[in-house]
Amino acid sequence: MKKTLMKGNEAVAEAAIRAGCKCYFGYPITPQNEVGAYMSAKLHQHGGVFLQAESEIAAINMVYGCAATGTRCMTSSSSPGISLKTEGISYMAGADLPAVILSVQRGGPGLGTIQPSQADYFQTTRALGHGDLHLPVFAPYSVQEMVDVTTKAFDIAEEYRTPVIILADGLLGQMMEPVSFDDEEVIEKPEKTFDWVADGHMGKRKKNIITSLQIESEELEQTITAREKRFEKLKANHTQSESVNCDDADIVIAAYGSASRVVQSAMEMAREEGLKVGTFRPVTISPFPVNAIVKACKNAKKVLVVEMSLGQMVDDVKMALEHKIPVEFYGRQGGFVPGPQEILDVVRRLK
Amino acid sequence: MRVNEYLIAGFGGQGVLFAGKLLANIGLVSDKQVTWMPSYGPAMRGGVCNCSVCISDLLIGSPVVHLPDTLICMNSPSFDKYVPAVKKGGAAFIDSSIIDQKFDGKDITCHYVPATKLAVDNGFSTNFGIIVMLGKVIKESGICDTETVRKALETFVSAKKASLIDTNIKAIELGLNA
Amino acid sequence: MPKFTRPNALADTPTHYCPGCTHGVIHRLVAEVIDEMDIMNTTIGVLPVGCAVFGYNYFNFDGVQASHGRAPAVATGVKRAKPDRLVFTYQGDGDLAAIGTAEIVHAAARGENITTIFVNNTIYGMTGGQMAPTTLPGQKTQTSPFGRDTEKVGFPIRVCEMLSTLDGVAYAERVSVHDAKHINAAKKAIKKAFEIQMRGEGFSIIELLSTCPTNWGLTPPASLEWLKENMLPYYPLGVYKEKQELTKGASK
Repeated sequence: MKKTLMKGNEAVAEAAIRAGCKCYFGYPITPQNEVGAYMSAKLHQHGGVFLQAESEIAAINMVYGCAATGTRCMTSSSSPGISLKTEGISYMAGADLPAVILSVQRGGPGLGTIQPSQADYFQTTRALGHGDLHLPVFAPYSVQEMVDVTTKAFDIAEEYRTPVIILADGLLGQMMEPVSFDDEEVIEKPEKTFDWVADGHMGKRKKNIITSLQIESEELEQTITAREKRFEKLKANHTQSESVNCDDADIVIAAYGSASRVVQSAMEMAREEGLKVGTFRPVTISPFPVNAIVKACKNAKKVLVVEMSLGQMVDDVKMALEHKIPVEFYGRQGGFVPGPQEILDVVRRLK
Repeated sequence: MRVNEYLIAGFGGQGVLFAGKLLANIGLVSDKQVTWMPSYGPAMRGGVCNCSVCISDLLIGSPVVHLPDTLICMNSPSFDKYVPAVKKGGAAFIDSSIIDQKFDGKDITCHYVPATKLAVDNGFSTNFGIIVMLGKVIKESGICDTETVRKALETFVSAKKASLIDTNIKAIELGLNA
Repeated sequence: MPKFTRPNALADTPTHYCPGCTHGVIHRLVAEVIDEMDIMNTTIGVLPVGCAVFGYNYFNFDGVQASHGRAPAVATGVKRAKPDRLVFTYQGDGDLAAIGTAEIVHAAARGENITTIFVNNTIYGMTGGQMAPTTLPGQKTQTSPFGRDTEKVGFPIRVCEMLSTLDGVAYAERVSVHDAKHINAAKKAIKKAFEIQMRGEGFSIIELLSTCPTNWGLTPPASLEWLKENMLPYYPLGVYKEKQELTKGASK
């Protein structure tokens, strides 16, 4: 399949259409506006609906309603907007509704900056709304991987009946890179039917109720544990990561998303200098690839975590490694993307 | 080949993003790894616009170019800001019909080309100046031939605007001879 | 003389509503209309946060429970995915006119082809009787113990009047359920709204003045009397919006 240059935001939209996404609901916020623009131009050509909502909150609740009918749908936003959406995401998790949510991080807190950041790792992996919930989160590092995880996210959302988050940032959203899709054209998929949806029972089944309300504790606990069991299965089947040159590495650098690209360049530069450096990159940050990072770091004397934040994933790395290996942190904040040379300098100091 | 980092800077409306896309697509049709990254947000609203293009055989770490190997500079603010940032041994292509400054640093090669004037004198609109300049970059760096430029244009210029391809090729050729 | 029976669309389930609460009456009206229009199989109700949260248990059609105030957005999602279904929201005054003001205004402005059943009883019922956006001036509630002081907390919102200014609204009517005559009129209004939706004419809202004996601290009969005495003057009944071009073509 031939490659074309696409922005990350547009590539996700195109991948979603190809995955059979039929409805997109969103609200403008930089740096992810290309998603809505793309959807508004293209989705109707495939029998879909684009609707610009009056707010982030309305948008996620439109997704909630649409998902309740078993229709493939998505929304996208950026940090302040995702904060607003967390209520709806929690309700979706509580009602076991499948949908894809793209989060294109910018710098915060507050209005912050529209420049790329990775400061929403905690928000995304820990606190996408109130309540007991674990949601799958993909953190792609290239435009092609944004396409790949989008395709996968729609399937996983339906298979496990859960919202699936794709965590990108302004860099991945705005940059163009070569991408290819599996097929030349959009192949229309037959509409799936599910037995749990609220789309009008047609007199053919009992009524269905989509709700997150379970006022009896026994009932709620049971639902939560059953849902967690599904997440455990998801963990076993879909936890994803990538290790490069870790076998003989004295230093393993762990990073995800945009930061992991820079880290990979820094590692190549370090290897040229004879430094034994490897890289570890989680593709799913929830579930976090615990076993894989333990394996990647088994010969490491030190682990360096690089993030475009004050340090958030570093907690997961420390927990995964159970503090058996010293874990150092290097981060940039406020919208800065560190350069490979900058990381190399840190590695040299660690040595 | 290490990552080749390009920075294209000018005013909005000069075709900065388009020239960057053309360059990135030249990389694409040459089977290279490429990234194209615009400055976005309020940075663009002041009228100053830039975009980073990286072309490489290997994975490109950061698509944001801080220290370019090659700079295309289409206005004075960009001259002040970016010419001093060009890497040692790198090259700056400066539109001398817009910028009347000269850089006195030693470690880089400065090409002063009246690209916009050349474009206008040859019947192009002003925003082809940057394409003329890209022609000059191609000439000096030898990164590709005219056929590759045509192929690159064909990958992202829609069929409806096919005539635009020939116009761009002519502008590139003007730069190749400048 | 027709026999008084349970409508098919109404489930044979005891409700959790307090004695004298008019939610039961309104549920029944919705169910009767759905039966008469024979659309139970293709109806999806969107239920709010508030007393009617369990409404989905009381109907025999599909139900979607929305977070507080968001029912019009949820219904929008349902309707856009399934445009040939009857989709209605069932919302109280706190849900619709306080926390969900943005959602209702914009669903109306878009002319979203859904119907809103708006139950206005001037108080937050489920949470124990706090002041609502529709609480009358001087009315005592848990959080306005000395009566609603408009100097400090402003004035009630007249929802039908407000929404009727929007071009997207095809139909807006305020009705009441305090006696048999008005209950019959309320049913007609609901039917009209559902028919407007089935013809694809845009957003419709029926505001029903309703009671809350428990939180008003009145007996059920006294509540009906209180509604008549106090709510009717502040919230005049009537049709607030009926698109002219629509009525010409309408069947009734």
